[in-house]
Amino acid sequence: MKKIALLTVMAIVLISCNNDDDTVTITPVNVDFNFTHNWDGTAIANADFETTQYTNTASTVQTISKIVYLISDITFTAADGTVYDAGDYNLVNARQETGLTFTPNIQIPPGVYNVSFTFGFDDEDNIDGAYNDLNATSEGPWGVPMPLGGGYHYMRLEGKYLDDTSTEVGYAYHTVRANDMTMTPLLLQDTSFVVNLGQVTVGSNTNVEIKMNVAEWFNPWDLPALHAMLMPNFDAQVSMSQNGLDVFRLGTVTQ
Amino acid sequence: MNRYISLYLLCSLFVISCNKKDDGVVDPGNGYVPTPMSLNIPPLFEEKLIDPLIPTDNPQTVEGVALGRKLFFDPILSADNTQACADCHSPQNAFTDERQFSIGIDGISGDRNSMPLFNIAWNFTEKFFWDGRAPNLEAQILEPVINPIEMHNTWENATASLQARNDYPDLFSKAFGTTTIDKTLVSKAIAQFLRTLISGNSKFDKHLANQASLTPSETNGLAIFLDETKGDCFHCHGNPNSPLWTDNVFHNNGLDEVITDLGLGDFTGDPRDFGLFKSPSLRNLAYTAPYMHDGRFATLDEVINHYSEGLMYSETIDPLMKTIAQGGVNLSEEDKADLKAFLLTLSDPEFINNPDFQDPN
Ligand code: HEC
Ligand code: HEC
Repeated sequence: MKKIALLTVMAIVLISCNNDDDTVTITPVNVDFNFTHNWDGTAIANADFETTQYTNTASTVQTISKIVYLISDITFTAADGTVYDAGDYNLVNARQETGLTFTPNIQIPPGVYNVSFTFGFDDEDNIDGAYNDLNATSEGPWGVPMPLGGGYHYMRLEGKYLDDTSTEVGYAYHTVRANDMTMTPLLLQDTSFVVNLGQVTVGSNTNVEIKMNVAEWFNPWDLPALHAMLMPNFDAQVSMSQNGLDVFRLGTVTQ
Repeated sequence: MNRYISLYLLCSLFVISCNKKDDGVVDPGNGYVPTPMSLNIPPLFEEKLIDPLIPTDNPQTVEGVALGRKLFFDPILSADNTQACADCHSPQNAFTDERQFSIGIDGISGDRNSMPLFNIAWNFTEKFFWDGRAPNLEAQILEPVINPIEMHNTWENATASLQARNDYPDLFSKAFGTTTIDKTLVSKAIAQFLRTLISGNSKFDKHLANQASLTPSETNGLAIFLDETKGDCFHCHGNPNSPLWTDNVFHNNGLDEVITDLGLGDFTGDPRDFGLFKSPSLRNLAYTAPYMHDGRFATLDEVINHYSEGLMYSETIDPLMKTIAQGGVNLSEEDKADLKAFLLTLSDPEFINNPDFQDPN
């Protein structure tokens, strides 16, 4: 308590010092992001995992047990074309509630920016085994095996759906760089994509919400036909990447 | 500007001095500092993994590790002086027990198989036991000593026995600067020893370092392990870039239709966790039979048959378990043999024979 009081006094002293030193130079700021998840607008809370049944556009009933995904290269583009990008990445785990907030390691002048990010790693960043914190995460190893082209997963979205006999069947909607092992040399296609969130006004204490609508991953999708072994399925990867373009939206921006 | 900085300095001085007074660190008062000891980290781990976890209040020291090793092999911690940790965690078995269920000092057996102990400092989720009920290693170690079906002692009794011996007070003094023995220091010493148990020199590790080559069968086994349409083992058990060969996460891998041991769910009470157990590392399987939380499989062939055609549906089964109606993906006999050959390349004879890990008493 004594410590807190002392700190408060110091803080006040420091603040007044600051006021004394006032200048016209603009102080660069960090921008905070937070990630939320919904199914067509209904928030997905921890209690919904494995329990809440959702009906996708193909009328298949499904649950969700896991949403883990990687985003990278959050980019701020100013009106004059100046680009700010810390080049860092964040692994979001919606159920474990880790990585739900992220502050790119870059300070930018306050102002109006177009904000975008990459879902997954683009080929330039998707370097096999290169990121030690992704080789073993609290979600397990995040890598993609070398026979599938190496690098890292973009997303693991898992759960169960009801088949036509109402039996629960597991699905593993894993997105990675599209690869075709039947081709020599291995055919690879970068299926990460850039999400453009639109304009954001950055002030001294800005927080940007990025919303994922999980339903869009399945709009359209045929789960009974495509629920497992999707990593080595080139066409499935391309389709998932296309569905992904409608998944993310800019949410609330607070100052 | 200068004024600003000096004020800051002044402030931080105040804060530091305030902090010192509040500090919880036990100061033996004699200024004694044990010898720091760094972990012997395999180059591959250095290259691929983030730093191991070592709690700031229990740094590795030469004296602490030596004491922990002596305690681990000493039956003095059990109520009747007959059972050491090592009795259920034997070096020759990669520190697990070859019996399906270990037997405690009263001749009573539990219903879980013992667990191998290695690469513990890389358990980043820091959940210990098959069901994750211990939140960190130091806490875990407090349990077996008082577990009625294991060493069935009390900590008062165990520490009194140690205190009464002519060697231990001096060893605690060397490790922690105090001759007053308590359970916290016992667990700290053993934890330090357990963190030195590092296994990273299997044939497969040597293969990655270009010091050994895999046979065609082992190579094909790795391909099956990494193939989503065949073994698909890598999501939970790792890949060559993730050399722990476990995710240290909890899953239901389809052992039973009716779940009797609730596993993680027993501890969390959450029905979604019923029947979930921690994935074990696939290192050292040559020494760690029998397999699974209840030691139900005596051989690796039985394990592979389970994943290939023995999967059972229950509500919490992991979505990665495929084609359950057919019992699994039905690997060919040749693929099974190759998968087994690959799994065995992850065993590390140097680890089980390391002289630093044997009984010092
Ligand atoms: C009677 C046999 C027995 C004795 C004695 C025993 N253990 Fe264990 N140990 C087990 C069993 C069985 C488990 C798994 C229990 C469970 O998960 O419920 C286990 C689990 C562990 C684990 C968890 C490993 C992990 O990765 O989660 C550690 C660490 C451990 N024991 C250390 C010790 C230490 C240290 C001692 C001595 C103080 C000791 N054990 C004494 C049988 C024993
Ligand atoms: C969904 C995650 C998951 C997948 C995929 C998986 N395992 Fe496991 N594995 C586990 C879990 C969890 C356990 C412990 C289960 C228990 O004891 O109840 C386990 C146990 C084992 C064991 C026993 C180890 C021991 O020390 O007792 C072996 C061996 C094993 N798995 C090999 C494999 C192989 C080979 C594959 C691929 C064919 C595979 N696993 C796929 C999660 C998984």
